[in-house]
Amino acid sequence: MFFLEHIWLIPLLPAFGAAMMFFFGRKLQKSAVSAVCVGVVVLAFLWACGAVWEYTEWAAAHDHQPYQQVIYTWLGSDTGHLAYSTQGGSPAEFKADVGFLLDPLSSIWLLFVTGVGMLIHIYSIGYMGHEGGYYRFFGYLNLFMFSMLTLVLGNNYALMFVGWEGVGLCSYLLIGFYFHRKSASDAANKAFIVNRIGDAGFLLGMFTIAWYFGSFRFTEVTEMARSGHFAMGDPIITAATLLLFVGACGKSAQLPLYVWLPDAMEGPTPVSALIHAATMVTAGVYMVARSNALFVLAPTSMKTVAIVGVLTAVFAASIGLVQNDIKRVLAYSTVSQLGYMFLALGVGAFSAGVFHVFTHAFFKALLFLGAGSVIHALSGEQDLRNMGGLAQKIPTTFGTMLAATLAIAGIPPLAGFFSKDEILWKSWVANPILWAIGFATALMTAFYMFRLVYLTFWSPSRVDHEVEHHIHESPTSMTMPLVVLAFFSITAGFLGVPRSLGGSNRFEAFLAPVFAREATVAGAERGTPTPAKEEKTEPTEYVLMLLSVGAAIAGWGMAGRAYRQAGKGYTEPIAAAAPPIYDVLLNKYYVDEAYDYAFTGRRKLGGVRLGTMGLGEASTWFDVNIIDGTVNGAGWITRLTGTLSKWWDTWIIDGLLVNGPALLARVMSYPTRLLQWGLVQWYALVMVAGLVGFVFYYTYR
Amino acid sequence: MQSHILSIILFTPLVGALLLLFVPKENKDAIRWIANIFALAGFLVSLPLVPWFWAQIQSPERFKFLEGATNNWIPSIGAGYVLGIDGISFLLIMLTTLLGWVSILSSWTAIENRVKEYYIWFLVLQTGMLGVFMSLDFFLFFVFWEAMLVPMYLLIGIWGGPNKLYAAIKFFLYTLFGSVLMLLGILFLYFHHHTVTGIYTFSIPELYKTAPQIPFHYAVWLFLAFFLGFAIKVPMFPFHTWLPDAHVEAPTAGSVILAGVLLKMGTYGFVRFSLPFFPQVLTSSETFLSVTVRGWMIGLSIVAIIYGALVSLMQKDMKKLVAYSSVSHLGFCTLGIFVLTPLGLSGSVLQQVNHGISTGALFLIVGILYERRHTREISEYGGISNVMPVYATITMIMFLSSMGLPLLNGFVGEFTILQGTFMANWRWAAWAAPGVILAAAYLLWLYQRVFFGTVTNPKNEKLHDLTPREVLTFAPLIIMAFWIGLYPKPFFQILDQPVNQIMADYNAAQGNAVNAAVQPEILPAVAAPVAVAANDTKGKK
Repeated sequence: MFFLEHIWLIPLLPAFGAAMMFFFGRKLQKSAVSAVCVGVVVLAFLWACGAVWEYTEWAAAHDHQPYQQVIYTWLGSDTGHLAYSTQGGSPAEFKADVGFLLDPLSSIWLLFVTGVGMLIHIYSIGYMGHEGGYYRFFGYLNLFMFSMLTLVLGNNYALMFVGWEGVGLCSYLLIGFYFHRKSASDAANKAFIVNRIGDAGFLLGMFTIAWYFGSFRFTEVTEMARSGHFAMGDPIITAATLLLFVGACGKSAQLPLYVWLPDAMEGPTPVSALIHAATMVTAGVYMVARSNALFVLAPTSMKTVAIVGVLTAVFAASIGLVQNDIKRVLAYSTVSQLGYMFLALGVGAFSAGVFHVFTHAFFKALLFLGAGSVIHALSGEQDLRNMGGLAQKIPTTFGTMLAATLAIAGIPPLAGFFSKDEILWKSWVANPILWAIGFATALMTAFYMFRLVYLTFWSPSRVDHEVEHHIHESPTSMTMPLVVLAFFSITAGFLGVPRSLGGSNRFEAFLAPVFAREATVAGAERGTPTPAKEEKTEPTEYVLMLLSVGAAIAGWGMAGRAYRQAGKGYTEPIAAAAPPIYDVLLNKYYVDEAYDYAFTGRRKLGGVRLGTMGLGEASTWFDVNIIDGTVNGAGWITRLTGTLSKWWDTWIIDGLLVNGPALLARVMSYPTRLLQWGLVQWYALVMVAGLVGFVFYYTYR
Repeated sequence: MQSHILSIILFTPLVGALLLLFVPKENKDAIRWIANIFALAGFLVSLPLVPWFWAQIQSPERFKFLEGATNNWIPSIGAGYVLGIDGISFLLIMLTTLLGWVSILSSWTAIENRVKEYYIWFLVLQTGMLGVFMSLDFFLFFVFWEAMLVPMYLLIGIWGGPNKLYAAIKFFLYTLFGSVLMLLGILFLYFHHHTVTGIYTFSIPELYKTAPQIPFHYAVWLFLAFFLGFAIKVPMFPFHTWLPDAHVEAPTAGSVILAGVLLKMGTYGFVRFSLPFFPQVLTSSETFLSVTVRGWMIGLSIVAIIYGALVSLMQKDMKKLVAYSSVSHLGFCTLGIFVLTPLGLSGSVLQQVNHGISTGALFLIVGILYERRHTREISEYGGISNVMPVYATITMIMFLSSMGLPLLNGFVGEFTILQGTFMANWRWAAWAAPGVILAAAYLLWLYQRVFFGTVTNPKNEKLHDLTPREVLTFAPLIIMAFWIGLYPKPFFQILDQPVNQIMADYNAAQGNAVNAAVQPEILPAVAAPVAVAANDTKGKK
């Protein structure tokens, strides 16, 4: 049990690598950087293998319980004082551990995340060899591995959220790796902020769960959800699951929050392969699968998941039909495939959804790495219109990419056939309309993938002469991962061969402790077959299987007809047939533009700015003019009052009332004052005059 | 030593200020060294408080390290020199001593004129702030509260930017206006206490006993008086417009202290005074414009969160942007206080500390560029990552901390507040949640405009990266950000007792009425089964 007991080392190893790069990366040689960063991931992979191996033994002896290990209490005081009461009024403690959980579900993610991660790390040694910021790149990549492994291994929603935001951060850092380019930093911001919208939903969903169940722990929440105390369609569980699904839509690029993923292709290609195809974007699927016990109690949420999933699948696939950038085609393909996975979850086929995640990880990582190898060979060219005829020049890349294309298109017996077919079959059982849309998507998938292969490898060369001289196969560090991934793209499907084809679906059996009960609940809720009835509808299953193989081959054929001879300036068949539709698809249904008008406010609608920036401008105006205006107004009024008071004081109080009487007295006293102006001679004169007067008066009376 | 530790912490900076009086003002380096030594000493003498306080967190006394006695200072009016701290003030004191040291260290090259006065006032300010958090006597409290205003006014008014006089006077008058109303409130409580008990005293623990019995129609006015005093200080919407002006004009260290500590006096006042004094007001169902008093508080907090973030998004001046982000972040703090749940309150105090660390660091970050280029216009920059990589990395870490990325400090506070809010009413949490998205938007956009791209402005080509002294100013903040993010448990434990004390007083004062008021109102749903289920799980463990 050595590996299992030290399971915390698995995320910690890449964290150590990232810390080394943070502190010393600048001073290290490239070879030392590769040794540390790739080394820790290889170790993590080996450790993960050991832990999963030990877990299967441990689980057999422990009734297939999840293995849980709590390291320390992260959030909360752990004294019981930080309490709240749940919605039902029972006491609960605010608490989230740093603790790890290993069960079949996390085992699968753990294995392919470390495995594919390891291969992509190795690939990056060659791909990034000539780039600046080598240590920075590997530091971020290690940090990503740490976050992703925390997300997968966390034993509660809060810790999952740590990984959740952590992968978002790494995605931001890596999309913006070429930060000199405005488009790269724009795409990075877009990815982070759109993800944050989802994260806000996740947060609220998590709070709802804590408030309703009194715990963040998966085991406790699942146990309570399974206890049977909750009615089917419980409104709070419905709300919680829908909020969680908002988070999943952000992280896993579903409608309407998918817009960041195609732009994320601004990052280096290994990043696109690791983060934006194989691992991070499947986190939403993981979260919904992890909460399956809650989702099955909320049929409304399940329907929402299925509908959003299938609509995303067909929507993104249709855009993928006409894109010219090799990575963008793959990006829309990823969005579309993620839609398939959610479709599976939504119809209650949890293990089918997870199986598709698993197989998709191999072939999509391979497609991206192959595209990277093509871009590498063509000195940075990404436009399909400037490729062609590379099959002989870079044979390993071609061969492996062809395998991945066959796998994703659903050609038996490659991996994609088994996983996709199971999803289509399960959605037929749930609702034939879902199947029909899924089937149409399968046809488009085959078309756009073979379009990519024809335009890159088989059609006549349209490569610039300058570039043509430099075409070379990639170094072994890059082709080796391609070969390994090709091997798994071809064979991984055999883990889940359905019973109808004589297999035993070992994949589903492995996941049974997590899903079996919920899958039954979901089936019963719909009133559609449980596994026992499945046997009887086998003919339909075979028919559907043949149909989807037919679709794959038809898509291949159509692509071949259209692009086999594509020379310089070839025309797209859709552009020839229906130019307006082509324009809409090429411009991705103008969703980005619409968002810029309505939500971000980066574009003005007829001179008026709407959205967040519009609100921001309005708020700023309000702040400067109304609020601060009021404050300054109060100051101004105070000063005005002061001025008026001063005037009043000077002219009325002091002038009129105080100095006024004084003036009056002065004016009135003037005549009298004349009489006594202090000149003695004058007084004598007056006396003499008086005397003379008296004398005259008495004399002449 | 333990019995006088608070006085020692309180007066160490003041001693430094007094000593500086005797240093000739031409001797700038000596002044800087002395100021830095005393600032560091102020931090170091507060460190023993950590183990000592930790040893006492279980003790039942509400206030620890009590010093002085009631009415011992001016017995005739009942004023006393009484110091004492609980977990809440403990955390804020540690934050103050740390930020005081960091900001004095950061001023070394930034301040060149009137150096002596600058450091003297800064150290006086430090004592004033510490006094506010330590006082257990209203008279003493008010002395410190006002004493701290003058140095800050001078720091902005003398060492500030071009529009410094306007900003300084606005800051001074606005906050003074609030404090005067608060003084009236204090006097009312003082005389009311005399009416009830026959004793004149400013002792806060004594007033705790009588204030909650004031009848509602008086209490609501008192609440309003205190509210204005604190809301202006926080600042809560719509009393916030002094803040951007003060921040933009203040010198860097002044901004750090202003955002890091001074704003916390408002939230501290709410926690220390408004909540325990006026439970009858906050739980009353009387409405004003059909909203209860508590509803108003929460509404203003949510408006501050969203509005502050929106205005922040559109700023063209980096410092103004950070100032408005403070309004948004403090909105979370007041929200946590007024939802009146233990979670909200713990989260709020923790977030106050977090905001001090993160926003303090953000102002230091802006200050570094300002010192080199003498402009804070965002459009003057671009591509700074190329020339200052270490600076860019530290900035990224602090931005992430400020926007609440998990495993950094901001997340822990925001998460706890939001959950506490959700427990009270899910709608409030739903309204506040977009603040988290907008925080990412304005910070990342700022980062993109300043750090990403190529250097387009030739003036930025020769910028030198951080000096070791500058790295040293950030180091403690980064360490704290990671500590709180990775292992916040000790902080929660320190807050356990005071938070539960406040909530218990609350419930006791209000009896069952409070339970009804704090009860969540949410979707109609099955209630009983969850309780059963929860008990089931507990039984199995």
